[in-house]
Amino acid sequence: MSDLSELYQDLILDHNRRPRNFGELPDATCHADGHNPLCGDRVVVAARIEDGIIRDIRFTGSGCAISKASASLMTEAVRERRVAEALELFDRFQAMLTTPTGQPVDAEAFGKLAVFAGVREFPMRVKCATLAWHTLKAALLQPGGVVRTE
Amino acid sequence: MTEGAGTARDLSLARADFPALAQQVHGRPLVYLDNAATSQKPRAVIEALVHYYERDNANVHRGVHVLSERATAGYEAARETVRAFLNARSVAEIIFTRNATEAINLVARSYGDAFVGPGDEVVVTAMEHHSNLVPWQQLCARVGATLRAVPIDDRGELDREAFAAVLGERTRIVAVTHVSNALGTVNPVAELIAEAHRVGAHVLVDGSQAVAHMPVDVRALDADFYVFTGHKLYGPTGIGVLYGRETLLDAMPPFLGGGDMIRTVTLEASTWADLPNKFEAGTPHIAGAIGLAAAIDYVTRIGFEAIAAHEHEVVARAVEALRQVEGLRLIGEPRERGSLVSFVMDGIHPHDIGTIADSEGVAIRTGHHCAQPIMDRYGVPATARASFALYNQASDVDALVRALERVRRLMG
Repeated sequence: MSDLSELYQDLILDHNRRPRNFGELPDATCHADGHNPLCGDRVVVAARIEDGIIRDIRFTGSGCAISKASASLMTEAVRERRVAEALELFDRFQAMLTTPTGQPVDAEAFGKLAVFAGVREFPMRVKCATLAWHTLKAALLQPGGVVRTE
Repeated sequence: MTEGAGTARDLSLARADFPALAQQVHGRPLVYLDNAATSQKPRAVIEALVHYYERDNANVHRGVHVLSERATAGYEAARETVRAFLNARSVAEIIFTRNATEAINLVARSYGDAFVGPGDEVVVTAMEHHSNLVPWQQLCARVGATLRAVPIDDRGELDREAFAAVLGERTRIVAVTHVSNALGTVNPVAELIAEAHRVGAHVLVDGSQAVAHMPVDVRALDADFYVFTGHKLYGPTGIGVLYGRETLLDAMPPFLGGGDMIRTVTLEASTWADLPNKFEAGTPHIAGAIGLAAAIDYVTRIGFEAIAAHEHEVVARAVEALRQVEGLRLIGEPRERGSLVSFVMDGIHPHDIGTIADSEGVAIRTGHHCAQPIMDRYGVPATARASFALYNQASDVDALVRALERVRRLMG
């Protein structure tokens, strides 16, 4: 049986109620819209990149607890990281979410993001946890965004 | 046929006719409240499919051998069952399709391309499922016609004044749902059809959310086209129905070309078969049609008087109970409601409601229900929806409310 408390951990519920870095970023250097047409979730991720480093990042939009908490924790995780590092973290995050449920997750390597390991038990919700990340990637890779400044 | 399949007297026992309902999910008894998406299948339907594939399987309208004769007889008997179910005049008016979507596309393509032209108007409503909206958008783009959408009010009912105002001499076709899949609204389709006919327009009614819950008489409605899908009516997936007035179907060109829909074929040209075959190119879903007929037999044996009375009672209980849930808002409060309820909860996304309800064994739908214009109208990204069938009971409503209380505790 999939354990609901594995999915809705306190950290996720907290970031859902009080999302961090939620709002507009007027001096953003890149941004992207993310949309999950299946559920209607929308997220906009905006970042200010200086010298290939994500100096500030914010998000807006509406979504479920998983997608909102994921966006919130993502902004904390990538702030002050190099763009390449953020993209690499997304790859590892995605790999973690598709790791078979029996296999342990390297909690240390993921820090707070390890809280999303429970999403593996709920395959229908994996896309909720990755929407903000896909959007961040689109923002970072868009023309005028970071890829060019790397 | 299964013994003890429901009758008016024992509707409370109908649950036992549906094998899929007798299971546990997440260690809880399944409470299935996603019937507007698809209903579960009674044993009678499953057995009809098995019987067909085990004994009668052959292609139709072709061979002279026994199995082909049986398959053809079963398939055409199913058409007669559908004809009687809708009270159509003739089996020539019953076209089997894959689903309601294909039936609507058939009309939009065949009728639309032939009879709708530049400057003409197609009327839809703001409460249509995407399946009864997108094909008309595509038609209008192809032929240079204009799409007019009739708005709904806060209750989720059609704006009748706007409807009357939009009808005119350029209106060629009106496409309207019988029951809204996202709001539950039952539209007064007989009145709408009469109004549309006064300006010379034809009307297509999407009955997908109606046929499992109320009797439908296409002649009493005076519908020109009436479509529904089989799987929401306790039948298999992959089988749907287009009813069309015979004079209209006769005048319409074929939709798909191929085998079974022709009379003569040379390398240069072909002539078309008579109705209904003209619109059934290729090997049809024979088993699906037979399974659908078994489903119709099943609900007909119980009777819509009993089904409607029972479902109204359960739905009324649900509406009443949901109103009591703290922070819950109903989306759509029509005066005449079908067998579903849409709602949102303050500060809680419908997906989280759905996942938590599922952990309690309660299956509901969450999302935009393929009706994004309705979500926009109410300013919500999505809703949660509980939709009921003849086998649902008051206890299912209670389980839903308990699940929503858990949602509130966990997320509130």
